[in-house]
Amino acid sequence: MNGEGNSGPVFADPITADILLSVNGDERPITVDTRETLLDTLREHLDLIGAKKGCDHGQCGACTVLVDGRRVKSCLTLTVTVDDREITTVEGLAADGALHPMQAAFVERDAFQCGYCTPGQLCSAVAMVREVADGWPSAVTADVSGPAVLDDDEIRERMSGNLCRCGAYVNIVAAIKQVGS
Amino acid sequence: MTTVAAPYAGTALDRVDGPEKVTGRARYAYENLPADLAYAVVVQATVSRGEVRAVDADSVLQLPGMIAAIWHENAPRLAPVEDAELTVLQSPRVAYRGQVVAIVVAETLESATEAARLLRVDYRAEPHDVELRADHPGMYRPDHVNPNYATDSELGDPDTALAFASVVVDATYTTPAQHHNPIEPHATVALWDADGLTLYDATQSASGVRATIAPLFALPPESVRVISPYVGGGFGGKGAPHAQVVLAALAAKQVGRPVKLAATRRQMFAVTGYRTPTVQRVRLGADEDGRLSAIVHEAFEQTATIKEFAEQTTVVTRMMYAAPHRRTSHRLVRLDVPIPTWMRAPGETPGMFALESAMDELAVACGIDPVELRVRNEPTIDPERGLPFSSRNLVACLREGAERFGWAGRDPEPGVRRRGRQLIGTGVASSTYPVYRLPSQASARAEPGGGFTVRIAAADIGTGARTVLTQIAADALRVPPAQVRMEVGDSALPRASVAGGSSGTASWGTAVLRACEALMAALHRRSGDVPPGGLEASADTAEELRSQRPLSRHAYGAQFAEVGVDLDTGEVRVLRLLGAFAAGRIINPKTARSQFIGGMTMGLSMALLEESVMDLEFGDYLNRDLAQYHVAACADVRDVDAFWIEEEDPELNPMGSKGIGEIGIVGTAAAIANAVYHATGIRVRDLPIRLDRLIGGGI
Repeated sequence: MNGEGNSGPVFADPITADILLSVNGDERPITVDTRETLLDTLREHLDLIGAKKGCDHGQCGACTVLVDGRRVKSCLTLTVTVDDREITTVEGLAADGALHPMQAAFVERDAFQCGYCTPGQLCSAVAMVREVADGWPSAVTADVSGPAVLDDDEIRERMSGNLCRCGAYVNIVAAIKQVGS
Repeated sequence: MTTVAAPYAGTALDRVDGPEKVTGRARYAYENLPADLAYAVVVQATVSRGEVRAVDADSVLQLPGMIAAIWHENAPRLAPVEDAELTVLQSPRVAYRGQVVAIVVAETLESATEAARLLRVDYRAEPHDVELRADHPGMYRPDHVNPNYATDSELGDPDTALAFASVVVDATYTTPAQHHNPIEPHATVALWDADGLTLYDATQSASGVRATIAPLFALPPESVRVISPYVGGGFGGKGAPHAQVVLAALAAKQVGRPVKLAATRRQMFAVTGYRTPTVQRVRLGADEDGRLSAIVHEAFEQTATIKEFAEQTTVVTRMMYAAPHRRTSHRLVRLDVPIPTWMRAPGETPGMFALESAMDELAVACGIDPVELRVRNEPTIDPERGLPFSSRNLVACLREGAERFGWAGRDPEPGVRRRGRQLIGTGVASSTYPVYRLPSQASARAEPGGGFTVRIAAADIGTGARTVLTQIAADALRVPPAQVRMEVGDSALPRASVAGGSSGTASWGTAVLRACEALMAALHRRSGDVPPGGLEASADTAEELRSQRPLSRHAYGAQFAEVGVDLDTGEVRVLRLLGAFAAGRIINPKTARSQFIGGMTMGLSMALLEESVMDLEFGDYLNRDLAQYHVAACADVRDVDAFWIEEEDPELNPMGSKGIGEIGIVGTAAAIANAVYHATGIRVRDLPIRLDRLIGGGI
């Protein structure tokens, strides 16, 4: 909060980089401050507001997006590090204006209230179902040598990086189970 | 008053804003990007009490991209108002650590963040006092408690009754400070133009923010517009404007450009409110059959030096159980701490943890089943107000909940049920929440092209208000919900009350219904003909609310919990939570269930995890992020369910509904603590139920 030392602040021009960002299938040339997180680039410069800022510290999961199909916390990802990757946000989950099955299940099961954690939950859920299908074990997988089964315990464990303060977890688990099984 | 039989109220309509929310199209406050936008970041005090001597604004202004550094010496003057939380940057005084002492504005968020980090602030620090103790010499009796209840109450002679009671419970319970932590941080985008001030704000009350902010800038209310169609959770924390709203407006005024400002998660632990910690002493006197002769409930709480918030912790005890002799009280101490505020069921939430824990202790002391004990102390009229209840189905909730939970045959012996390495126990607690209804206005409009638009400056903070109001309007207009366009979250719409006190559906629903009825009457007069410009009608419920007759109106519930406590670690897992509620007519079973189980989930979180730890040395809340302030995660929440009993109450509102946004959290923590006692034999009277409180208790 306070200044550092007695010699006053150091004045350095921001360092920028020109990159080509691939988001939801669109190639977007953009100049970014190298301090900029992917979350801030999406929200402040590309008007892709689906990814949410809840904590900016990787603790709440609201900023979760897919990078090359895997879930990452965009608040902990510097934009300059993903210029050669395929980024998918909640806006890119659905094709042709229809809802992705996970989005439809979230509506049907009322798996959200305020909706602020929802884009992160959705991206996380879509990637998580794929992780299970790919046989990735979790901390609650009893037999790590066999295929993982998408049961309630597995869903709860694997979705615990996405906080929901409205307390929609019960419905989130039901929605994911409906889609994943 | 008659309740209206209706086809859409009562059906499980999907949220009408669901598609917007799941596709990322819903635009929350910080996501507005007016042209020429600048970014603001606040700088917080690093002393808990004292004065700002100097701010080295000039140095940071040399940083690239900097626009302004604003502090009390160069800030625009605000008109004096009573609420010192809002008169930001007007004086050098620091009232608590984390208070905003400066704000920097830059071209980018990165530059503003950097400048806020580098800004040098010099202080003259004074010794601080941040420790809540029941015996603090500064304890005083507030004039009233939130929102407008008597501070104390007394009936009969409770001291004598306690002295002569066969069985006495005398126990002290504590609840820690808790922070709301909505996942959307408080945020405001402020924009000045020729018409005045526009605020895109994360708020539970667009009308309230307008009414509060306008006088600070010496503006008539109509020159302020507050827009908040989507709000990422509030839980009371966004009920009234906090400093960031004023700071954004003030900064935008200073720099002559639109400014956006959000509290960071860490800043929220100082500047956006919290629930006061409480110390509560409960004394119950009863005969050997558990019939109460005396109830005494005393609460000790904190508030800030610059603003009083008196949580109504013991008010619930005035109504809950029958007893001829009774006393409740509240005492506050002003400390050098951040400003507490409403947090989901203020009063009932901490108060019912204490009362319902004490009732469980009484059940144990009398050897009576805790469900039966509560039934036995059911009052026939409101014990302190002397009024009849409009409806009271606590007993039905206890009975039906017990039936569905499988309570019958419960062995009361604590600490004797083992399942693997877990001790298993069950617990129960009552739940309740008052029925509030506040004046509101609404308009309904028949569009020339077909369909209807209904407008009200209500807030849907995730409650489902937009959906439920659509259902109410559809019924009144006798059309399917798809033909009703519901507009909320904008102070330019007809003025509405705050999304608080679980009053939304009752307050806004009445206004929407009356506006729709007026429109239907106008249409009828025109034989259904909609003129080319459309046809509009409006309503104001102030008069209707004044004519409501005095009764004791509350929703009731019963919470049942089953826990497993790890014998080796003391880890508590809530295996099952079942809530039974009686809350009038349920307008949307889908969103209502979400409200109930959402509240219960927050109650589970309160019981086991949530605790804002005051750092006595430095005078601020120490664990100010989500890695250290734990809220329940998905893996913490297993089998949580709720149901409701049919309740017809014609003395509420035209919908026959009671509020459901807060009752879910009330009593949950007590049910879990009581289950932990049943599992382990250890009575945890201090929340949260941490591992050390069980291991230290000799599990």
